[in-house]
Amino acid sequence: MKWYFSDSAPIYAQLIRQIKVGIVTGAFPPGERLPSVRDLATEAGVNPNTMQRAFAELERDGLVYSQRTAGRFVTEDRTMIEQTKKALAECHIKQFLESMDQLGFQRDEVISLLRQETGKEGVTDGGSGM
Amino acid sequence: MAVLECKNLTKQYGHVTALEDVSFSIEPGRIVGLLGPNGSGKTTLIKLANGLLTPTSGELTICNAAPGKETHAIVSYLPERTSIPLWMTATQLLDFYQDFYKDFRRDAAEEMLAHLNIPAKQRIKQMSKGTREKVQLIVTMSRAAQLYLLDEPIGGVDPATRDYILSTIIGNYNPEAAVVISTHLIADVEKVLDEVIFINQGHVVLQSSVDEIREEKGMSVDALFREVFKC
Repeated sequence: MKWYFSDSAPIYAQLIRQIKVGIVTGAFPPGERLPSVRDLATEAGVNPNTMQRAFAELERDGLVYSQRTAGRFVTEDRTMIEQTKKALAECHIKQFLESMDQLGFQRDEVISLLRQETGKEGVTDGGSGM
Repeated sequence: MAVLECKNLTKQYGHVTALEDVSFSIEPGRIVGLLGPNGSGKTTLIKLANGLLTPTSGELTICNAAPGKETHAIVSYLPERTSIPLWMTATQLLDFYQDFYKDFRRDAAEEMLAHLNIPAKQRIKQMSKGTREKVQLIVTMSRAAQLYLLDEPIGGVDPATRDYILSTIIGNYNPEAAVVISTHLIADVEKVLDEVIFINQGHVVLQSSVDEIREEKGMSVDALFREVFKC
């Protein structure tokens, strides 16, 4: 998995988000065992305590669980994974709407722009499929 | 129990005060950045912890003991400049470390050397500057020490080597031990650190966790450093 970090947000929060994306996209499939904290910390180039903190929080939310000797696993609860996916999407949409507000677009303008853009996508998708 | 503790530590070189009334402690399991501009007192502090200098006043202890024979056995030190004997081969250096330090993990060192394709029979003298620094870091991190004191481990190496050095530090993480990394290349080490200690003109101006800084100030440690130490 590729890890990216921005300068402003706490590192543990960025880790939580990226692990959630990993779970939602199936990079970490439901019920699968997760790599060890040390391995993931080395891969992401972050402090092992920070990675541990991210997992502790994901565990509290129930998205991952540990088994005393076997390690840490992704939840098998697909409803919860689906909810996480939706929450991540809402987060993106909120950010997007904030940016559009800043640019001075009204909501109905935003929606018509989106429709225009997704319409275009449909056409190009169809075209490439031929 | 703190791995490293300073209480009102002061060090003067003649009329020049390098450190003044410095107090802080570092707990086991922490990777701590000792950050400050050139001449702020970072190397003086690390030399005091190694017993290479003695305090003018105040005290510095390692696991409750003053620097000396007992602490040398539990402190692994990477000096600012390459200090390994250049005439030795990598293998001879490992022999040397094995003889000197009870806690030396030879298999770990051999594994890391092999991973980097460093020939065991090559003399250190014949190695490039970056390779020498890697070799020295490898032997330093191959000790099962209580405290690692790394003075500018990433200065003067290319970004790929920098990444290797940092991942070696993470890969050797031990919850019982503490690591102190002195550097002014903050952006590179920030993600690896639990805590940072800002030191300026011999004074500790801040000790905080990296994520606390990001949470409270909404900026990276690197950005905060640039703000605090603006010229």
